[in-house]
Amino acid sequence: MAFLEINALRKRFGAVEILKGIDLSLEKGGFLVLVGPSGCGKSTLLNTIAGLESISSGEIRIDGHVINDLHPSKRDIAMVFQSYALYPNMSVAQNMSFGMEMRGVPKPQRDKAVADVAKTLQIEHLLKRRPSQLSGGQRQRVAMGRALVRQPRVFLFDEPLSNLDAKLRVDMRVEIKRLHQQTKTTVVYVTHDQIEAMTLATRIAVLKDGELQQVGTPYEVYNSPANLFVADFMGSPSMNLLEGKVAHADGAVRIVLARTGDAEPIVMPAPSSADPSKLRDGGAVILGIRPEAVSDSESVDRNSKSVATFDALVDVVEPAGSDTFVVTSIAGKEVTARMRADADVRVGRIHAFAFNLDKAVLFDPATTRRI
Amino acid sequence: MSAADLATAAPSREPARHSNLTRVVIYGLLLFFAFIYLVPLVVMVMTSLKPLDEVTGGNMFALPHAPTIEPWVKAWGEARIGVSDTAGIKGYFWNSIKMVVPAVLISTLLGALNGYVLTKWRFAGHKLVFGMMLFACFIPFQSVIIPMAVILGMLGQIGASLEDLTGFSFGFGNSTVNLVIVHVVYGLGFTTLFFRNYYEAFPTELVKAAMIDGAGFFQIFRRVLLPNSAPIFIVTVIYQFTNIWNDFLFGSTFAAGDQSPMTVALNNLVNTSTGVVEYNVNMAAAIIAAAPTLFVYIVAGRYFVRGLMAGAVKG
Repeated sequence: MAFLEINALRKRFGAVEILKGIDLSLEKGGFLVLVGPSGCGKSTLLNTIAGLESISSGEIRIDGHVINDLHPSKRDIAMVFQSYALYPNMSVAQNMSFGMEMRGVPKPQRDKAVADVAKTLQIEHLLKRRPSQLSGGQRQRVAMGRALVRQPRVFLFDEPLSNLDAKLRVDMRVEIKRLHQQTKTTVVYVTHDQIEAMTLATRIAVLKDGELQQVGTPYEVYNSPANLFVADFMGSPSMNLLEGKVAHADGAVRIVLARTGDAEPIVMPAPSSADPSKLRDGGAVILGIRPEAVSDSESVDRNSKSVATFDALVDVVEPAGSDTFVVTSIAGKEVTARMRADADVRVGRIHAFAFNLDKAVLFDPATTRRI
Repeated sequence: MSAADLATAAPSREPARHSNLTRVVIYGLLLFFAFIYLVPLVVMVMTSLKPLDEVTGGNMFALPHAPTIEPWVKAWGEARIGVSDTAGIKGYFWNSIKMVVPAVLISTLLGALNGYVLTKWRFAGHKLVFGMMLFACFIPFQSVIIPMAVILGMLGQIGASLEDLTGFSFGFGNSTVNLVIVHVVYGLGFTTLFFRNYYEAFPTELVKAAMIDGAGFFQIFRRVLLPNSAPIFIVTVIYQFTNIWNDFLFGSTFAAGDQSPMTVALNNLVNTSTGVVEYNVNMAAAIIAAAPTLFVYIVAGRYFVRGLMAGAVKG
């Protein structure tokens, strides 16, 4: 049975429904990342798990027990806030032991727990300082220490890295991942950064307008997005989405991408990920293909079973150091290809591109769902 | 850079001379106004240090020929106040202290509690409640004297009944207690306003963190909010102390005779219609009456401006 379960959770503020029936579950020791654009309800969902917001209907269970109406302090959770929310009048050690003090844990025990966690997080030398005397990264560590020290059943993180600069953010991301692997705690983590979501999660839940779009492992969400929103939201640069038509010919199902002017349309076999029975002859589809599945024809993945090649004019070349992103267009739609850093591509030239169709997915433009 | 280069860089002195002139004007004006403000105080201090014949016979601005602290001693412990038998203003000074200290502390703490609830434990209608409390800041005190007198009269009756029953009035009907009640009630509007605006800018995440840590309503207030409220606390204390100490209207209306606060006693001393007017004693008494507020300003004044700004900008 799942450790954290959320069933048909709804949250209304007056007439506005913020969460429209969320069903989620997470196994013990799992790392669930709630990701979505701002205003999608992910922080509200986290606050309802914490008990800082009441819920309108539905059920939240931890370890089989319904915790809907329990006070935050009775839920055995700990939370790391975006602003860290360290008590400015207390030292680091006092900040970390405040929760235990409120629960009546004897002082020797508190001191030992603080010392242990401080050692894990390498903040022993900071214990006597005030939060105002710490750098951003140190505050972040202390905030995590305060959560860790109580050994709660569930950790909640509310965009904990968004106040840090880019380099520190990457460092702390690794730190959080390492900490999770060491402590094997159950974590619910909110972020709007899809890279954080991909790197940290064992499960990702993508939210939009208070509705779950997809729940799955990072691999599933990235490679088999449930709909156009998830396809577009996850991944950077985002997935190429191209309008095409289904054509049945000679007993095979093909996808045709029209091109502007008198250029020949690109005809390719339907990607194996799509269900052929749903591909009507002449029906409109949207082809989704990640930039890394678009390359120059010679460096295409040799194991791929299905490849479509075509020539196109190079519009923009973006060398990113490790890779070079090449932008071209098909029927006015931009297509980004990820090529080797040393690929010989020049702006204004015609270049041969290859789609690795093993990695492509099809969407129904009417429902936006994956076929 | 060579010496020649430095010499050519000299024209930058021109605006400096200009700003010197501005500075002279600014400091001149400041000194002028400081002089105007200080003259009365200087005259008071000098007069209070002169014997009476020197005051009546001499120039107001002349330095004392034979300085004496006799008027101070007399004002503090011997002067007759109105028709009372109490000698000196010392009794009234302590009356004021006994009134001011509890009134300031209670109104400040209640204001802090109100601000805490109005920002961190919002309830339906919190805006209306705050609006009405704000409105209390604009009520002219003269208009509430009669209703207040009626209420205090009722409290006095309760006190009398309690005294009949138990032999102890529990403070009901006592003039000093009455004044504390009045000042707490009419100070609440201001103290709530100050603390609400301060706590509005206080990070709510801290309160949430404390909730998750298991702290209750009052624990959050005492352990998280209050320790971080020093600036606004000082502002409120100075504001309330000054207002309550200087109050004359309520003091003269709701307290009588020996229980009057300092301000009323000073008035009775100065406005006496019998005997010779002892200006030197009056001046000494007036300075004693003003001393506590001065003291509070000097000790905590720098926080006043700082705290007021903090509240204003963030709130």
